[in-house]
Amino acid sequence: MKYLEEFRDPDVARLYLEQIEAAVARPWKIMEVCGGQTHAIMQYGIQELLPDMITLLHGPGCPVCVTPLEQIDKAIAIAGQPGVIFTSFGDMLRVPGSEKDLFTVKAEGGDVRVVYSPLDAVKLATENPDREVVFLAVGFETTAPANAMAVKQAAALGLSNFSEIVAQVLVPPALEAILTSPKNQVQGFLAAGHVCTVMGYHEYEPIAARYGVPIVATGFEPLDILEGILLAVRQLEEGRHEVENQYRRSVRRTGNESAREMISEVYRVVPRQWRGIGEIPASGLGLQPAYAAYDAETRFKVDTIRTQEPEVCISGEVLQGWKKPPDCPAFGGDCTPETPLGATMVSAEGACAAYYRYQGLPV
Amino acid sequence: MCLAIPGRVVEIYEEAGLPMGRLDYGGVIHQACLAYLPEIKVGDYAIVHAGFAISLLNEEEAQRSFDIWEEMIRKADEAGIPLTGESQSAIEPSE
Repeated sequence: MKYLEEFRDPDVARLYLEQIEAAVARPWKIMEVCGGQTHAIMQYGIQELLPDMITLLHGPGCPVCVTPLEQIDKAIAIAGQPGVIFTSFGDMLRVPGSEKDLFTVKAEGGDVRVVYSPLDAVKLATENPDREVVFLAVGFETTAPANAMAVKQAAALGLSNFSEIVAQVLVPPALEAILTSPKNQVQGFLAAGHVCTVMGYHEYEPIAARYGVPIVATGFEPLDILEGILLAVRQLEEGRHEVENQYRRSVRRTGNESAREMISEVYRVVPRQWRGIGEIPASGLGLQPAYAAYDAETRFKVDTIRTQEPEVCISGEVLQGWKKPPDCPAFGGDCTPETPLGATMVSAEGACAAYYRYQGLPV
Repeated sequence: MCLAIPGRVVEIYEEAGLPMGRLDYGGVIHQACLAYLPEIKVGDYAIVHAGFAISLLNEEEAQRSFDIWEEMIRKADEAGIPLTGESQSAIEPSE
């Protein structure tokens, strides 16, 4: 595929690795923010190819992993109600709630459907005027324009049977939460290339300056990640802390302005719980008052939910780069992609699932 | 979740009041909403996520990367650094 395979060239990868080797003189810890990057790093064995002095920490950029248990339980409760068509991206179906997952709701007779685009959910609402169509709007800034457009379109079509559970999260506040933690180990970030495609990278400039960390907007193919690491290492070695753009073929400094405008028309910034991490101020999106009628959490009465996380799961520490998946006693034993205890083992982009799939079990 | 891939626009049309496109992803054709790229034309490459084109792929920037790599490989050849073949296995996906 054009503009994809070129970014996997093994010769160029080798030359980037030589440049990284030449640039690095001291040990550095760099966090890749996005779960898609974590997946590529494991898939291509990039950590093993890097000099020992560079450690990659895996960030919280997996929306499936950080959606709070309470919202998953609410989704499960709403999906089981009669007359509801519950729609979601596929990777949310197996995320464990306190008692079950959405897949189980489907097996029990609930009408749970996977959609490719949130507009497919709006189409279902148009085609089924006597049913309530609920869309589980998860995602980072990359997905927010799509999920916002679904609400906007439902309003434009005058649909009263469409609503969203909004579980949108934002990257910059999460980076600040990681950097201000007393346990922080991160010295530089590879920022998520598709989040920056939508939002631009100007919002990272104050973070790089305030905390003295290099931040490199980075793509998802092996050569993107290697070039991102090279740029971050050069900054670290030279004592610079700037925002750089590796993913130039997609990212512009101010992002996609019409997509950003739609996000702020439909959604507003709210405090948000992150599964395994806790509440981060101003780190989520909820519906604007003008679109409050499309909020599934107020439309459907859901009994008070008492959530219960498995005690053994360390996903919160994994998501902040404090621990690696094999540090967990349940990793690969009680917790596998078939029977996940935590969300980081469910999503293909979760660090635990990526380790399990590509690295096998610890010996 | 934030996976997005480049596709080439082969057709632009309207559906339910929204600008839509059919995009070619290496032979597989799929539709995407083009509302966030008002300037897009047939033949352009867009990066698509969750059924929405989120950026116009900057072909000049991609070409600039290709040119830099070509220069890197030329210099490596001159320096006698062995390429292709030896490094192939290291970077190929493990599946």
